[in-house]
Amino acid sequence: MQEEFDVAIVGAGPAGISASHILAGKGIKTIVFERGEYPGAKNISGGVLYGHDLAGIIPGFIEKGCPVERNIVESRLWYLSRDGGYSLSFMDNAFRDRLSFNAFTVGRAKFDRWFAEEAKKKGALVACGTVVTDLLRDADNRVIGVGTDRPDGNVQAKVVLLADGINSLLAAKTGFRSEPKPSDIALAVKEVIEISEDMINERFNVDPGQGTTIEIVGEITGGMDGIAVIYTNKKTLSLCIGANLSDFMKNKIKPYEMLEAFKAHPMVAPLIKGGQSKEYMAHWIAEGGYNAIPQLCGDGYLIAGDSAMLFNALHREGSNMAITSGRYAANAILEAFDKGDFSRNGLKGYSERLQSSYIMKDLKKYRRFNSFRLHHHELFTLFPKLSGFAAREMLTVDGVSKKDKQRAIWKKMKEEFSIFKMLRVVWGGIRSVK
Amino acid sequence: MSVNIEDKLFLDRFHVNEEPHIRIVDNVKCMDKCEDQPCLYFCPANVYRLEKDHIVAAYEGCLECGSCRIGCPHLNIEWKFPVGGYGVSHRFG
Repeated sequence: MQEEFDVAIVGAGPAGISASHILAGKGIKTIVFERGEYPGAKNISGGVLYGHDLAGIIPGFIEKGCPVERNIVESRLWYLSRDGGYSLSFMDNAFRDRLSFNAFTVGRAKFDRWFAEEAKKKGALVACGTVVTDLLRDADNRVIGVGTDRPDGNVQAKVVLLADGINSLLAAKTGFRSEPKPSDIALAVKEVIEISEDMINERFNVDPGQGTTIEIVGEITGGMDGIAVIYTNKKTLSLCIGANLSDFMKNKIKPYEMLEAFKAHPMVAPLIKGGQSKEYMAHWIAEGGYNAIPQLCGDGYLIAGDSAMLFNALHREGSNMAITSGRYAANAILEAFDKGDFSRNGLKGYSERLQSSYIMKDLKKYRRFNSFRLHHHELFTLFPKLSGFAAREMLTVDGVSKKDKQRAIWKKMKEEFSIFKMLRVVWGGIRSVK
Repeated sequence: MSVNIEDKLFLDRFHVNEEPHIRIVDNVKCMDKCEDQPCLYFCPANVYRLEKDHIVAAYEGCLECGSCRIGCPHLNIEWKFPVGGYGVSHRFG
């Protein structure tokens, strides 16, 4: 006999756990399937999470033991040439008190496990070490449960929530979301490097418990459309670097070699000096944006979080969208139970909530950003090189007049790139995010 | 810059299943039809290695990103999730 649940959720990440927390809290019989040996075993993010969205699931999450690494008080942007680069940073005391835990770093292996434990307290069942291999359907093709890789592993459910992440085999297999195109995906690698808590405080100029994020673009990605980050954790640093998969396919660059070169960059090396590598991981980032979002629900199912490609590449927001989309999915499922209607129409409250929220509004706003970057590789090659050259020239005191220096800089710039083209890039860039 | 990937993978915890979760469908295609063989480069775990006249998949150190599945120009790689509980297990994440 098959076991029967009200709701089956695929994936114990932020989206799935958020939904299970709400559903179980309302007495809905909910099971979450996780393919890893524990929640978080397969999960990675750069490491920044946002308090606003998490509080929507667990108000007072700090008091409830949320495993925060550091509260982010300062955000830096770096634009790097090979030998150095520009740094822009913003710090605000409000992020220490009034806006504390607006953004904070986590390690997902710890966070996801804690989050899942909270959902279990509400009554959700979390089944780890179980791969959902297929969806069960009735004669009318409505989703009525999941098939797993456990013996007798079919589980019936009135609704299935797909929250199985960006690398979702299930979505591809069932046709709910086609396989992503390489250009819709960034491949990122991450290394966690341990230095001492005190050294992080000193090197990043922060008080204990407070932290910094650094977002980095430039020549570090070998000419590919990519980004790197350095995030502070309690006593470790998260270093990530990635690039669009279609660029990786063309450029024959090995991700781990790019990571090592990044670690050796003159602005990075002093921050990690003396550190010890603790873990090395790889993951996809959804870069397709608004245009890559699949149909969000159908008869008997919904898709949330990364599996629905909900990711804002410009603002490195993803896990917050996962949490909030999981919450919206749960709200829509509750409505469906009230109505007794689990069809696409009965679940449409999910798409409606997403459409009117910051999630779809932001993704729509930035829908051209991905293709803009992919069409302008000079942002990762020529521009950082030239801007580095210009600053170095102006700062070198060698008896040459500033006017002559400016002239030499303009000459070099015009040799490499026409002013018209440059204006077009700037205009295209503004248009892609306005 | 030459990097020893084994040193990096050594940091990770793997539960290796005897049953591979990766299969190259048709190695002849890799050798005869695939000029660039990008899998030899973009795989972050260096799973794909060229041996004399064929490509092997060292699935044991796979980091489960999925890139090979969609990045193989001939879609010649069959990539499934490892059986539940197997594969890489992040300690920090």
